[in-house]
Amino acid sequence: MEPILQVKNLSRHFGGLTAVANVSLEIQPGELIGLIGPNGAGKTTLFNLLTGVYEPSEGLIEMEVDGKPTQIGGLPPYKITALGVARTFQNIRLFKEMTVLENVKVAMHRNIRYGVMSAILRLPRYYSEERWVQEKACEYLKEVGLYAKRNEMAVNLPYGEQRKLEIARALAIQPKILYLDEPAAGMNPQETAELTELIHRIRKKYGLTVILIEHDMSLVMKICERIFVLDYGKLIASGTPEEIRKNEFVIKAYLGEEI
Amino acid sequence: MPKSIFTKENLCWVILSAILFGVLTLLMQVGIINSYYKITLFNICINIMLAVSLNLVIGICGQFSLGHAGFMCIGAYSAGVITKMIPNYGGLLLGILAGFAISAVAALIVSVPTLRLKGDYLAIATLGFAEIIRILVQNMTITNGAAGLSGIPALTTWPILILGVVIAIVVCSNVMRSAPGRACLAIQDDEIAAEAMGINTTKYKVLAFVIGALIASLAGALFACSFYVIKPSQFTFNRSIDILVMVVFGGMGSMTSSVLAAIAIGLLNTILQNFTDLRMIIYGLALVIMMIFKPNGLLGKRELSFKKILAKREAGKEAS
Repeated sequence: MEPILQVKNLSRHFGGLTAVANVSLEIQPGELIGLIGPNGAGKTTLFNLLTGVYEPSEGLIEMEVDGKPTQIGGLPPYKITALGVARTFQNIRLFKEMTVLENVKVAMHRNIRYGVMSAILRLPRYYSEERWVQEKACEYLKEVGLYAKRNEMAVNLPYGEQRKLEIARALAIQPKILYLDEPAAGMNPQETAELTELIHRIRKKYGLTVILIEHDMSLVMKICERIFVLDYGKLIASGTPEEIRKNEFVIKAYLGEEI
Repeated sequence: MPKSIFTKENLCWVILSAILFGVLTLLMQVGIINSYYKITLFNICINIMLAVSLNLVIGICGQFSLGHAGFMCIGAYSAGVITKMIPNYGGLLLGILAGFAISAVAALIVSVPTLRLKGDYLAIATLGFAEIIRILVQNMTITNGAAGLSGIPALTTWPILILGVVIAIVVCSNVMRSAPGRACLAIQDDEIAAEAMGINTTKYKVLAFVIGALIASLAGALFACSFYVIKPSQFTFNRSIDILVMVVFGGMGSMTSSVLAAIAIGLLNTILQNFTDLRMIIYGLALVIMMIFKPNGLLGKRELSFKKILAKREAGKEAS
């Protein structure tokens, strides 16, 4: 099978600091990948490169679009999103001054087919599209269990629910690849269990390729099929959870032991 | 979601506008609004158009522009020059369209490079733009230099002016409540997240800026044909600040509050006509007090919504 995402010799320097160093990896469609590493290992920087927030200093990022590998490194984020890439943020970035429902509606932007003229003149197309947006947005909220809170301000949701809303918002983009940046951060064990179940469910239902950064090792080991480990910007290991658990470089990176 | 434009809510708006228009027309005819107060009324209407359109740029899209007087100036001079040559409604229409064309081009030229700037920098850049327009107008022969244009035919009648106000309000609030409006609000809220949601942020910033510029230009055209005379000194930095005060005073991001603030400040200006110096002190003081106690403006983001009122009435009926 053709990989959905192929990263070749990707690097990113900030001045003298190399945050991501010569990383190469391949991800198959439908995989659930974990990306782990100690703090400051370059995990979020890698996400930012893959989603267009940063331009790569060197290397290629190829995504499969319509059956062909397409170079997406350095494209602006909105163009990468338009190819079917969605993400959540480590430091939650909801639209605070909007309701829960409106947050999801914003994310449906790329699939709305009316222009500013239809909006100004309130043409029939505006009404038919907006009705569709309303129905679809409610569907995504039901998916994550936030439908009852659709009219609340996003900022007033408890922390765990804000993370869920970020996932609903990412789903509304109708992505092929979903990047989750520490989705379980700050959640209690029960919420984490619910989240695990949610990730499994949406992945199956929407046929997603999911790549997640997570510090909660039990979560990563439980749900990920393959794991990549970063340390000081370098990819030091990759493999199944079982392999990673036994990998000497990983143990060294995490525990600092001399082997 | 309603199926079409024919909703109870929209009917309420039509009725409200008709009543306001009817009452004001009647008051003018019986002479309670005399020619002196009529000037106030016309100024208020033009200020409503300016405030609502600036609110689209600042309150909805979050782009702090101080160039609104520049676009008004373009509209005013386009209409002024053309209606002097063709003193009829065709001329006015042509003048408005010419103003649109020039403002749109100017807005595009200004916005594409400057909307990459943020906050203060954008404010300074747009301020500079408005000054360039004013100085151009002051030094061109077709605009009659610093003396300004006089003898512009008074083509802006009361119904035309009201039509202009309605267009400005409808355009801005319809844009606000649509996908492009949501994109603009998202940009204001969190630009990085907006872009991650697939929104081309530059495109929507430019869009809001251009729509705002077009309405300001329309307001300028109606302004020129209301008062016979226009001078470059009417379109200075102070004019941009006046409009900004209305937007901030009412509440950024709320169309209702921009309208109300434009009316309130218009009335206040007339009442304090003889105390010009005192007026500026009162404004300054009021703004300082506002910023301390109500930084979101008098109304914040609240809107007059017939939808909510109707929903409440329905709920009340069901309860009883």
